Amino acid sequence: MKIIKEALAGTLESSDLLVKVMPLPEDRVEVVIQSEVMHQFGEQIRQVVSQTLQQLGLVSGQVVIEDKGALDCAIRARVQAAILRGGSIQELDWSKLS
Amino acid sequence: MKLRRSMLFLPGANAAMLSTAFVFKPDSIMFDLEDAVSLREKDAARLLVFHALQNPVYRDIETVVRINPLNTPFGLADLEAVVRAGVDIVRLPKTDSAADVHQLEAEVERIERACGRALGSTKLMAAIESASGVVNALSIATSSKRMIGIALAGFDYVMDMQTERGDGTELFYARCAVLHAARVAGIDAFDVVYSDVNDEEGFLKEVELIKKLGFNGKSLINPRQIELLHNAYAPTEEDVDYARRVVAAAEKAERDGLGVIALNGKMIDAPIVNHAKRVLQKAQASGVRK
Repeated sequence: MKIIKEALAGTLESSDLLVKVMPLPEDRVEVVIQSEVMHQFGEQIRQVVSQTLQQLGLVSGQVVIEDKGALDCAIRARVQAAILRGGSIQELDWSKLS
Repeated sequence: MKLRRSMLFLPGANAAMLSTAFVFKPDSIMFDLEDAVSLREKDAARLLVFHALQNPVYRDIETVVRINPLNTPFGLADLEAVVRAGVDIVRLPKTDSAADVHQLEAEVERIERACGRALGSTKLMAAIESASGVVNALSIATSSKRMIGIALAGFDYVMDMQTERGDGTELFYARCAVLHAARVAGIDAFDVVYSDVNDEEGFLKEVELIKKLGFNGKSLINPRQIELLHNAYAPTEEDVDYARRVVAAAEKAERDGLGVIALNGKMIDAPIVNHAKRVLQKAQASGVRK
């Protein structure tokens, strides 16, 4: 999957996160994560984001995340929503999103 | 016998509320994908609810999802997500007839087969929001073995009836019709939300009314209403004391092989014993009334 247009998902409210995705000219995935809880949970957040991107099979796009202390389930949901929007994907395979 | 006094509505698009609502301990939590979610956030809310349902914090609490109607572009996608995510109960809005439930049931069964979920494990409830729904309440309530309850939704109903929310007179027939249908079907009945969260006195007055009518509980829109509702539904110390004596008398009669149960010289029949057991269940859940 490739990001073909800019898209956003989420908010900057506490316990949520804002995910912005943008196209890149080449097949490369670039991830930037900022978090209020990076010190305690940075590694876990990176793992959840990385796993979510792999599940979606993202091969091209920039993903910028501003986390406000969201739970893993919210991180997965917001990353998926932004990427599906940015990739203009309408039909979902729910078994690959768990 | 599942206790369902409080069903707390949560907007499906709100990550913070979805992450924390379990701490309020309502009897059921209802994630809303319908009216509480704007059209542009339907996709994101569906994903949030899909993942929240699989979060271990919701393992010990009954989960309900209000999906969008199946005749909208969102309803079927909502259903795919929540059945696969393991929701306990799907709440169908704007249910006008048994055919609406039959259509939902067929789709749920198809998804259960597709994802390997046990057939019949997804339960259903219907929200009745129109004059047609009220008139058809009995056929709706008895439409499926999966049905666990029916709920009256006041706002759309009073619009359909060309009236407005007031002292409850406007809902009197609908409440009675929904409640009777639920009792005939052997399922639960839920009353409308009380939207003025700052009016505790008005809320408690309405709770007293619906409790007297016989509703199992109420849909709630604010966690502050949970404790008020549970306390109003809690039995008094005298109720609990009497219920304990009724259950003890029933157990003794069973041990002694007696067909007739007596307490203080008065005969007690099965409905009284069942009521006493429900009183003790409510006392165990939230103590005695304060």
